[in-house]
Amino acid sequence: MRPSLARLNHIAAFLLSLLLASASMTVSASATAEPALKAGVFNPPYLAPDFSLHGSDGSDITLSRYRGKVVLLAFGYTNCAAVCPTTLATLAQTRSGLGKAANAVQVVYVTVDPARDDAARMHRYLAAFDTSFVGATGTPDALAAVRRKYGITAVKQGGGRNYAMAHTSSIFLIDRSGKLRALMPFGHDAADFVHDVKLLLVQ
Amino acid sequence: MKPRSLIVIALLLLVLGGTGWAALAPIHVASHDELFEIPHGTWARRMAGEKIEILPQTIRLTLGLNDVLLLRNKDDVPHIFGPTLIMPGQSFSLPFAQASTYSFQCTAHASGQLNIIVDPVPDSAWERLRWRVRKLTNTAWQLARLPYWHNHEGHG
Repeated sequence: MRPSLARLNHIAAFLLSLLLASASMTVSASATAEPALKAGVFNPPYLAPDFSLHGSDGSDITLSRYRGKVVLLAFGYTNCAAVCPTTLATLAQTRSGLGKAANAVQVVYVTVDPARDDAARMHRYLAAFDTSFVGATGTPDALAAVRRKYGITAVKQGGGRNYAMAHTSSIFLIDRSGKLRALMPFGHDAADFVHDVKLLLVQ
Repeated sequence: MKPRSLIVIALLLLVLGGTGWAALAPIHVASHDELFEIPHGTWARRMAGEKIEILPQTIRLTLGLNDVLLLRNKDDVPHIFGPTLIMPGQSFSLPFAQASTYSFQCTAHASGQLNIIVDPVPDSAWERLRWRVRKLTNTAWQLARLPYWHNHEGHG
């Protein structure tokens, strides 16, 4: 059966509108400004949720204690096979890359595995990367409350003594006034952290 | 020549011309943002038992064109949205600089994972054509979802 004139008209109109829609999508003005940070940015930024946990340095750890510094906040566990060593090595390189400005940066590493990560173990583990890094541990409930505040997931995988924890691997960037400014997904190199920390330090 | 034949020829020319243009014309975009929004009332509707999927399981981005994932929470409560927790009225803008496949833990999905595929800049005719077709398809998909959100806005 041959298509009627009316149907052909409809097809023509549809194709024309498709073409126009496509054209309107692609002949717009030039691109908007790129985000200044390499990390994902929160807008507007709010105060980072504070917490009080046991520090690997023997003290009580709160975020507010580090006002005036840029805090790089990571979640993980010392038995982590791949993600955490990479993250912590990257953060150590970041501090090296910052030179004197590294004094204005504090890495805080909160465990998702309190059953195995006590303060002493975290201290030894973190010192292998950078002696300035501070670990935080606490009761399972206290740590779960912190994870909820930051939207962190941590799921136990496997049984026995050698279980693993699947956990969020992104790192939070908190500015000198304590605001949660950005989140750097896993996989970025130290140069990206140095870039972003420098920007946060001058703001 | 009959009017019907003229229309068929015009259609063919239109399709050929459109395809040629889509393949050869350089792509310029107004914004690099690929926006996903949590509408107001989403939490209340979820509490009422509605199944609401806002982020697809896999998001496809393209370097140099739409390479910034923009997530916006217009609801009254915080939401885990993709890779992070976003407060009410807050947005999260995540740029990508390398073509790769990224996986994020995301409790908003049944699988617990969100995949983001970032394609390289489309610099051949075939890639430009494919990008435009995909963009058009996505736009049509989002337009098809609009009446749903519009009808439910503020019902929470």
